[in-house]
This record gives sequence, structure tokens and C-alpha cells, in this order.
Amino acid sequence: MDQDVQIKIRDRNGKLHEIAAPVDMALNLMEVVRLYELAPEGTIGICGGMAMCASCQCYVLTDHSLREMQDDEEAMLSEAFNVKPNSRLGCQIQITPEMEGLEIELAPEE
Amino acid sequence: MIETDILIIGAGPTGLFTVFEAGLLKMKCHLIDALPQAGGQCSEIYPKKPIYDIPAYPEILAGDLTDKLLEQCKQFEPGFTLGERAETIEKQTDGSFIVTTNKGTQHKAPVVAIAGGLGSFEPRKPQLDTIEYYEDKGVAYIIKDPEVYRDKKVVISGGGDSALDWSIFLSEVASEVTLIHRRNEFRGALDSVDKVQELKNNGKINIITPAEVTALFGKYQLEAIEVTKAGKTPVRIKTDHFIPLFGLSPKLGPIADWGLEIEKNAIKVNNALDYQTNIPGIFAVGDVNTYPGKLKLILCGFHEATLMCQAAYQIINPGKRYVLKYTTVSGIDGFDGTRKEAPKAVVKSIH
Repeated sequence: MDQDVQIKIRDRNGKLHEIAAPVDMALNLMEVVRLYELAPEGTIGICGGMAMCASCQCYVLTDHSLREMQDDEEAMLSEAFNVKPNSRLGCQIQITPEMEGLEIELAPEE
Repeated sequence: MIETDILIIGAGPTGLFTVFEAGLLKMKCHLIDALPQAGGQCSEIYPKKPIYDIPAYPEILAGDLTDKLLEQCKQFEPGFTLGERAETIEKQTDGSFIVTTNKGTQHKAPVVAIAGGLGSFEPRKPQLDTIEYYEDKGVAYIIKDPEVYRDKKVVISGGGDSALDWSIFLSEVASEVTLIHRRNEFRGALDSVDKVQELKNNGKINIITPAEVTALFGKYQLEAIEVTKAGKTPVRIKTDHFIPLFGLSPKLGPIADWGLEIEKNAIKVNNALDYQTNIPGIFAVGDVNTYPGKLKLILCGFHEATLMCQAAYQIINPGKRYVLKYTTVSGIDGFDGTRKEAPKAVVKSIH
């Protein structure tokens, strides 16, 4: 049976949210942030999730092994601002059961 | 002064379809867009990506959708002010509006339809403290006139097509071109990447990777930049110009100051009736608006535009009654004199 995974997301104001992310809706991290309205509409997922903007950039704070970065994500991050070694684009990370306990922080708005 | 019936702000899919629906009601449209071409996000961000939820198109590329919408509204002869951003709006005593762009072009219309999507596309600026001070003093995000760079030292940063293409172009114009990118890999057309490699081999372009521009120097004018390679001591490079090319991103921009009710970075409209904003005569359709249950889908924008045109008709033709006509029955009379209509059945006796 499908279950939710518990994820911690620190928003751009520094507030920590513990949320339940469904694994059965083919959602990615950017969509989960929008689902729970953790960032204002129009400031996240601007390109719709095509790795063509960096509005869903986040920092991965735990050592979960996530989907490997593809070329388009890597290229976009190389032109993004506020990039750190643990930067990822939320739209490229599908929610999976292995993500239980994941903690991320949203990168500042550009 | 450009005068029209419906002034549409934003030439994306919703704006273009508004031209068609308005045309059926004999209303003329003019569109303003900050981008140099029509299509909005569809042509700027993802022209080569497929869309699967346009009714009757199992699959269509965003760029092709734009072409087809332009084709569909062509006979209604829309006017375009492209490459200019709608900046201010003033209500006139006769109830009409004057919208002025950042370049001073004025437009007058009794109805304004904001189909602005996520806003106007603006260059993404690197986060350097002093960068705004040097704008127009050596720093530019868009190359308007390449001659400005003749025999000058130029630093370009970015790793996409525009950074590659302009490095190639300016290598023939400038005295020195340096391309700085955060990675060793560039993302662009294979031809451009190969060409830059060749120019580098011939000493026509300096490439510094993986590196970032970390500071700008100069008293009255840009004189030098600081480049930092990961884990290394920053280096100063003398230059006359610095051109960061990091693409464009949409911002709601000046529309946010027009006195419209804004919620969730979008314009609140009355979705029970006609998608009018809190200012009578100004409508908002497509991704730029919000109401309970709003979905940012192209197909929803088409629907909103269609209903909005009915209300615009009442403003432009007060008291006139209107009855819905089907294009299949009545055909389409273009403003350019063309007529499209269903072929008539032949009535003839058979002996």
C-alpha cells in the first residue's frame, strides 16, 4: 500500500515545516512545496518543472541518495545563483519511499 | 498614438487567441509584449517542448502552437508593439485607457486585456553588490548594438546559447573577448560549441572555467572584474564591458502598481462573469489572473479570453444586443477583406 513520506522543508523565511508527501501522485519536490504553499505562487516552479529556471532550487541537508542529476538540471544549476554543492532543482526529484526523513531548505528567491 | 478596440498586454497563447475571439465580434486588437517575438513562454522558454493538453492536438510543440495561433488570428490584422514593456496606465475622462511602454510608445483603447502570463521577461542579473551601479557604465544584460564593443575589451559570462553566440560574434568586433562560465561544459548548439573551441585554439577568445565573476571595479566606469576559480585566489582582469548572459525570467513588474487587486502574484478577477479586474474596463486572462479554482493552463486561458470578449463588446458597443454565432454557420470575415466559409451544398435535381 502506498504511504506518505515525512519530509522537513525549511522555507525562505527560515521556518521549518514537517509535511507528509504522498508517494502515489507522481509529485516532485517542487510540486510538494506548492501543494503545501510553502513559497508564494509565482516564485517557485516558474517554468512549470522543466529544469528551465532555477526557482525551485533547494539545498539537500540530509545524506539521502536521490535521483542522479541529469544534464539539463546540471546545466541549469550552473547558471543559477546562490548555488552550493548540495543544490538541487526540486522539480527534478520525484517523491519516493526512500525519501523518508529527508530535509531540504529552499534557496533564496533570485 | 496607437488606437485600437482591445489593447492586449502579453502576446502569449491567451493574448493571441483573444485577437481571434475579438475579431469574430468585429473588435480590433493590438498587442504589447516585452519580448521581441510573439508566443510568450511558449516561444521564449520551451518552443521545442511538446504540449499534450491542447484540445484536438494529441501532441503539439509549443513553438508550433504559437505559429498556429498567429495563423488563426491573422485575418483580424492585430497590431504589435514588441520588445517593449507596458509601464503605465492612465484612465481618460471618456473612460478609455492610455498605456505607455518603457520606450514611450502610447496606446489608447476603451478595453485593456492583461494576458501577461507570469509577467514580462527580464534578464537574470548576477548577484553582485555593485552591479546596478555599473549598468550602462560597462555592464549590459542585452546586446543592443554590437558596434558599442568595437575595439574594446569584453567579458561575457554564462554557459548557454546566447553566451556562446555573442562570444563568437564579438570575437570579430572586440579587441579581446573573455568567456567565463561556472562549468567546463557549455550547453548550446553543437556548431556554436565547436566554433568557440576553434576560436579558443586560435587565441581569439579567452575561456576561464570553472569560474565566476565575483566583483566589479572602476570609479566612474567599469574598469576591471574579479574572477574566482573554485578554491583559488581571485584574479583581476581589466575590461571595458561585462555582459552577463543568464537568460530571462518573468516578473509581474509595473503591472503590479496599476492599482489592481493582486493575490498570489496574480491579478484577482471576477470569474463568475467576465474576468474583469477591480478596475472596470481592465480584464485579466490566462496565467496572470487568479480566482477560486484557477488552473494555469493554456486551454483555460482560451476559455477566459472568449468570455472576456463578450464583456468587451458591451463596453465598446453599449446597449447593442448580441447573439452567439457559430463560425461553421456564418464563416469568418477578416478585416483584411478575406472570407472563410463552409462550402455550400449543391442543390440540383438528378434525372
